[in-house]
Amino acid sequence: MSIDPTLHENPDEPHFLKTALTDRSFAIGSCITLLIAAMALLSFLWTPYDITVLTVADKLQGLSLAHPFGTDHLGRDILSMIMIGARNSIAVAIVAVGIGMGVGVPLGCWAAARGGLVDEVLMRFNDLVFAFPALLSAIMITAIFGPGAVNAIIAIGIFNVPVFARVARAGALSVWPREFILAARAAGKGKFLISVEHILPNIVALLLVQGTIQFALGILAEAGLSYLGLGAQPPMPSWGRMLFEAQTRMIVAPHLALFPGLAIVVTVLGLNLLGDGLRDLLDPRLRRER
Amino acid sequence: MSLLSIENLSLDIAGTPILKDVDLTIEPGEVLGLVGESGSGKSMTALTVMQLLPEAARARGQVTFNGIDILKAPEEAMCRLRGDDLGMVFQEPMTALNPVKTIGEQVAEGIRWHTGASRANAEDRARAMLDRVGLPEAKFPLSRFPHQLSGGQRQRVVIAIACALNPKLLIADEPTTALDVVLQAQILELLRELVVENRMGLLLISHDLAVVADMADRVTILRHGEVMESGPTASVLTEQRHPYTRRLAEASTHVPARPHTPASPNTEPTRLLEVSNIVKDYPGARKGLFSRAKPFRAVDDVSFSLDTGHAVALVGRSGCGKSTLARMILALDTPTAGEIRLAGENLAGKSQRELRHARRDMQVVFQDPYGSFNPRHRVERLVAEPLHLLDEKPSAQNRRERVAEALHLVGLSPADMEKFPHEFSGGQRQRISIARAIITRPKLIVADEPVSALDVSIRAQVLDLFADLNHRLGLTYLFITHDLTVARAITDEVMVMHEGQIMERGPTHAVLDAPRTEAARALVNAAPDLNQSLKKRRHLEAGK
Amino acid sequence: MTAYLAKRLLIGLATLVVASMVVFAVLEVVPGDPALIMLGMNAEPEALATLREQMGLNQPLLMRYLDWASGMIVGDFGRSYTYSSPVIELIGERAAVSLPLALLSLVLSTVIALPVGIFAASRRGRPADTISMGVAQVGVAIPNFWFALLLIYLFAVWLRLVPAGGFPGWNAGLWPGVKALILPAIALALPQAAILARVTRSAMLEVLGEDYIRTARAKGMPRRVVLWHHALRNALIPVLTILGLQFAFLLAGTIIIENVFYLPGLGRLVFQAITQRDLIVVEGVVMLLVASVVLVNILVDIGYAIVDPRLRTRQ
Repeated sequence: MSIDPTLHENPDEPHFLKTALTDRSFAIGSCITLLIAAMALLSFLWTPYDITVLTVADKLQGLSLAHPFGTDHLGRDILSMIMIGARNSIAVAIVAVGIGMGVGVPLGCWAAARGGLVDEVLMRFNDLVFAFPALLSAIMITAIFGPGAVNAIIAIGIFNVPVFARVARAGALSVWPREFILAARAAGKGKFLISVEHILPNIVALLLVQGTIQFALGILAEAGLSYLGLGAQPPMPSWGRMLFEAQTRMIVAPHLALFPGLAIVVTVLGLNLLGDGLRDLLDPRLRRER
Repeated sequence: MSLLSIENLSLDIAGTPILKDVDLTIEPGEVLGLVGESGSGKSMTALTVMQLLPEAARARGQVTFNGIDILKAPEEAMCRLRGDDLGMVFQEPMTALNPVKTIGEQVAEGIRWHTGASRANAEDRARAMLDRVGLPEAKFPLSRFPHQLSGGQRQRVVIAIACALNPKLLIADEPTTALDVVLQAQILELLRELVVENRMGLLLISHDLAVVADMADRVTILRHGEVMESGPTASVLTEQRHPYTRRLAEASTHVPARPHTPASPNTEPTRLLEVSNIVKDYPGARKGLFSRAKPFRAVDDVSFSLDTGHAVALVGRSGCGKSTLARMILALDTPTAGEIRLAGENLAGKSQRELRHARRDMQVVFQDPYGSFNPRHRVERLVAEPLHLLDEKPSAQNRRERVAEALHLVGLSPADMEKFPHEFSGGQRQRISIARAIITRPKLIVADEPVSALDVSIRAQVLDLFADLNHRLGLTYLFITHDLTVARAITDEVMVMHEGQIMERGPTHAVLDAPRTEAARALVNAAPDLNQSLKKRRHLEAGK
Repeated sequence: MTAYLAKRLLIGLATLVVASMVVFAVLEVVPGDPALIMLGMNAEPEALATLREQMGLNQPLLMRYLDWASGMIVGDFGRSYTYSSPVIELIGERAAVSLPLALLSLVLSTVIALPVGIFAASRRGRPADTISMGVAQVGVAIPNFWFALLLIYLFAVWLRLVPAGGFPGWNAGLWPGVKALILPAIALALPQAAILARVTRSAMLEVLGEDYIRTARAKGMPRRVVLWHHALRNALIPVLTILGLQFAFLLAGTIIIENVFYLPGLGRLVFQAITQRDLIVVEGVVMLLVASVVLVNILVDIGYAIVDPRLRTRQ
């Protein structure tokens, strides 16, 4: 799928926000995303219960007014744990996307600008990373260097690098042949300056869209790793780990597995909708196809 | 009864009116030229007849083809008509064919669908049709894929698809706009023959009055979705009763006023650009893992020079190497061999830093008024870009002054500095492009098809601007163009390029009126000429 | 065509070689002495030294790499430290679970996704499109292991139609084996199907906007024929790309899913081997998975060449 990133859009158009809010995907997606982010931030200040206090007497309670999502096997409030778990998910995904963008985008732009051998080598390197099933490698990395949030971030981040490198390169390659690049070269600008001034602003849309997708994938990957016990370590709650703990108690307390899962689904759904909405808004050609 | 009659056709797409009360008729064996500038609704008229409009389109009025009410016909009936009695040829041959199907399949498919012929039978007919449009099987077997054909050849395939079942009406929407003049002449000739052979009606849509004058028996002129004038081609275009018709006709043959004294006659002309024995090879395509095809020589031992203040056209068919040559002169591409001197300084093999000085003296204007600006920058930044070449960065104040002055010179207002390129029309963008080119006060401007993408009336204004700047700033021009009318309008000299070599050079009128070489003759003969076509047509109409 | 395939093949081989170096190097820096792991913490120093000698652990790095790599070429993946049986046997046993699982889910997701994507594209903007894409949007967001838990709860705990986990082995017969793989395959396939359906739809829509579709319609072809004969084949190119990527995803997905369902497959093998520091097993399984990804990528490249004549006949 080729997306021409430089269709005649303009971010400073006065009606941008207005059109943005009339786009259903964007409106719903950004609402969900903001809500989850707010929930994570709120958890720093306040949660319904203190989850470091274990009240075993209250264990495995069902849904009630006091505990809307019930309690776990140690009597901790599920809602509070989900709120704090959001922190972990978001932090891991943000940093992993940051690593991917920070390394991948310059590499991709460099490959597109230089072409030839540099391009070939970088792309073969990309193929190499793609040949390792990402989750398998993440499991290897975290298992070898020890489980924990930091290693999970690094493992997920490494596999974001080639993704962003590929997207940035493809986008840059579609901008390079444009006439305004020739005009910039006729104005004596070098490849670096052109990449910064002309290429990057025109592929930002693509990168943003990919960013939300990778963000969502990062949350899924983090959940998978913590489900396997390789992500954030207890007592820090994480959605994946909560699911793992719920599995063994599924017959007695099925609700334990319900809410952390829903939290993941809603977050990822919100991010994906946001990404779809962004793409519609930034690429008018695709919007027409809806 | 007419073959096609359109009465009171109005069309809107998602609420935006496109056509207003359009009337036109076509008789069997007749060629109707539908003329208009971009946005006039020409293509939408064609798509209405085909019923291939976008989903949001609503058409009102009466469209009758061969006794069938098209606007009320159900989709199945339209499917039976399309490709059988009703064929259509599109503008862009490069994308009009399915890349994963052979040309034989694509021609035979329609035949099988409409006639129920067996595969072998349909292929026989497809073979005959492809042969008819000039793609004989010996050279172009049915098993060819579109990507193995050139643009002109692909357009022939599209025509073969449209005409495979001898349609009663063929609609050709700018069928030659994407082709060079020589191919254009060939394709038009083919269409003309098919019309005569099958007594086919032809609705020829074009922006080019010369093409229409050459081809059409009658002409309908469309503007903003309304018919301005319609009638026999010769009388409409010579009498020019409607003011819009007159404007179009004048713009098409417009020659800007230029005082023909580039420098004062006493002084010796000074050499600005000297190109000697320049060669450009491109590596051949990969054949095997380690082998490559022979390198392709795009520019083959070209030498010429330009004097200060002159305007020279470099003309040639597409793919003749003229754009490659232009890029090397601009130091955007490095020659394989040879020397390029600008004001005595050799450009070949210099680093970007060393080229700064030379770049200040030469700038470029491109064809596409949409693609030549970064859509995310404001005009001030766009026009100021070449100031990067100055040794001392100008202050913000100074920068704005220079941009304002450049905008003023090209007829725009300094207030336009704050706008983004998408807020301008095509013609205005081309002015911005020129403003950017002149901001460093260069000596040489290389313009690559600078008016090809513009409507005729806008084109005339931009040509005037070029002429004016040539006079006022003493600019030297190298115009790269395939359009001889542009060369005729604005240049002192013409160079004809063919297969990488410059075949002929001389004063514009001398070369275009009496070409000496084969390549130049082919170009000149193929180029449509409004006045000559009208003269011929008047004879024809008088003879009837 | 031959040049194109030869190039792809060479790239694949080179990828494998470099990948083997990376895998070897990564596991080389891992703390832990294999000999110590085999003999236990209380091993005699002499016994330890002898074993190290036997295992070739005292040789230089390069020699050990070459030994290992050349062994793999002839199918000798070494001996497991913990199971004390040849790695290749372990892999063979476990692949009998993982391979059917991965294939089953790949087939399942393709069979579901392609028709849904094409159907949605052909009804763009109508309720059928909106609903199916809405479902797909949610499907993309569901983590497969959570979906697996829901399936277990619904079909195994509540309806008691299938076992909640475990694998009886193929010796117990074909049906019990397949039965044990149904839920895992669905859990793996559906989220992937959602992605694939979305890609198929957007690829179809992109192609349906092309000029040659208009040419086909101008030829008199009805929409249905245009959709299946002209659009689908062109739309397959991006779909193939995603299918290739999904295979790698499915392979990795099996690791988690096998853990959810307690299936004795490659994923569980590698996961346990990592936690037990049985590095020779890890190396073997990882290389096998990498090789299968490379193989699938080559198959996808061949698929491109079949679909797209521009690759086949490039001069």
